[in-house]
Amino acid sequence: MRSRKTILFSALSVIAIVLFVLDIATGSVSIPLREVWGALFGGEADPTTVKIVKDIRLMKAVVAVATGVALSVSGLLMQTLFRNPLAGPYVLGISSGASLGVALFILGAPLLGVTANSALSSLGIAGAAWAGAALILVFIAAVSRKIKDIMVILILGMMFSSGVSAVVQILQYLSHEEALKSFVIWTMGSLGDVTASQLWLLIPAVVVGIVLSIAVIKPLNLLLLGESYARTMGLNVRSTRMIVFLATALLAGTVTAFCGPIGFVGLAVPHVARALFRDADHRVLMPASALCGAVVLLFCDLVSKILTLPINTITALLGIPIVIWVVMRNK
Amino acid sequence: MIRLENLTVGYGERILLEGLSTSFAAGSISALVGRNGTGKSTLMRAITGLGEYMSGEIILGGEPLSGMTPSKLAETIAFVNTERVRIANLSCRDVVALGRAPYTNWIGKMQPEDEEVVMRSLSLVGMESYALRTMDKMSDGECQRVMIARALAQATPIILLDEPTSFLDMPNRYELCSLMADLAHNEGKCILFSTHELDIAISLCDSIALIDTPSLHHLPVADMVHSGHIERLFSSPKVYFDPVTGAVRTK
Repeated sequence: MRSRKTILFSALSVIAIVLFVLDIATGSVSIPLREVWGALFGGEADPTTVKIVKDIRLMKAVVAVATGVALSVSGLLMQTLFRNPLAGPYVLGISSGASLGVALFILGAPLLGVTANSALSSLGIAGAAWAGAALILVFIAAVSRKIKDIMVILILGMMFSSGVSAVVQILQYLSHEEALKSFVIWTMGSLGDVTASQLWLLIPAVVVGIVLSIAVIKPLNLLLLGESYARTMGLNVRSTRMIVFLATALLAGTVTAFCGPIGFVGLAVPHVARALFRDADHRVLMPASALCGAVVLLFCDLVSKILTLPINTITALLGIPIVIWVVMRNK
Repeated sequence: MIRLENLTVGYGERILLEGLSTSFAAGSISALVGRNGTGKSTLMRAITGLGEYMSGEIILGGEPLSGMTPSKLAETIAFVNTERVRIANLSCRDVVALGRAPYTNWIGKMQPEDEEVVMRSLSLVGMESYALRTMDKMSDGECQRVMIARALAQATPIILLDEPTSFLDMPNRYELCSLMADLAHNEGKCILFSTHELDIAISLCDSIALIDTPSLHHLPVADMVHSGHIERLFSSPKVYFDPVTGAVRTK
């Protein structure tokens, strides 16, 4: 049993590294592998190639890994906390909170006659999205201090995000074409819009989120049996919930702020990890989900580059069959 | 082991049980019996620390519940409820191992002695051959045994079980209750379980705690059968309790 898991972890790591290299080697400009290597490790290469490889492709591949890891781990956290296989990083309304922030920023500001220049707007979009996601999380956290039943929190999160979506639709309806287009493009997701300075926000936030997730591995295992059992085994369910919500805000919230809402990865990848590793223990599932998430996002990024389609369409087309498989299998 | 002192429980404004004072000893098995909605689960949840109580005190192994930390409580009392646990990919061994949570480190690393406790707990409930099977492919009776093994692995002097025999068929109910009686008598555990099975409680338990809203009669089985409380509380226009055979019959 143990050796099977070791083999799987090694195989997935190799696949991840291969996809990472392929991801850097692929793009609209074709650069031979040897030159890519040179650009990365200071060999012979012309400055334009170095710029393309390092500033654009390497950055995008790193963002893809961070996004895959963050969304998959937060999806696993949500599925265990809500004891619901169809929960994902966005069940608490983080993505709708983020889209409200962005909608207010892109669509609302012009309506009020405020015009932002384009340099400001790139960081502004991420900031607005993060503020929106954080707002929802604060609301959910406040509610969960009062409400004991986790299903009520789930339903409130879903209702709240539906309400927010309605507000976003009103804003869309009232907006002009140009603002509407840039909003729609944000909702399609993009791994390529992250700048070097933003990466210094994205990576630490994801790392802190992962550290918090690792800290709740044992509580998550206890929660597999339900909250009553977990509490009688000495678990403080409320503080666990708070840590899980905070980790989700940092992981899914930050990624969504910078890359837009990327669907189905957080929902589907933990199931792929469960099916591959045939385990329910979070000591195995968490690294497994993180690794699978990195592989899936790198793969999706590759496909989206080759077909020049938005990343969100690829993750959806790949993720939906997996979700359907989960639903059918649970019947 | 469990001592209730002037305990009052209920929910919201409604008082279900008032001024209870009784105790349940180590090495004995007691059944908590009462009609639907009389507060069996509320009392059980209060004693396990899962629910609130209104006034009075619950003393567990000499210490008041109100002053216990969650980890101290987890080392004193284990709980088995009616929730059906069916997690894909989680083996019986893993489930029972979770019972060691109060004793393991931050990530739940099992020491050799923890592994020993887990296997011993499984063999006490007769499930050692199921250690590597997953619970989604087992019967209700087998699952309930595994959940009791999990409670045993928690190594607490007290075990509370909320309706452990629901979902089980007749032979399984008797099997499970005689297993619980053995655990109380041979392992010295203080076992309290709620049930609707009067006949099982009478034939296998040491004492019966009967809810007579808003009070609780707690008597040794023989005294309870002849006390008249059962006839009074469990009679309806259609059924009556026969103290001679200890069975409920239709009129």
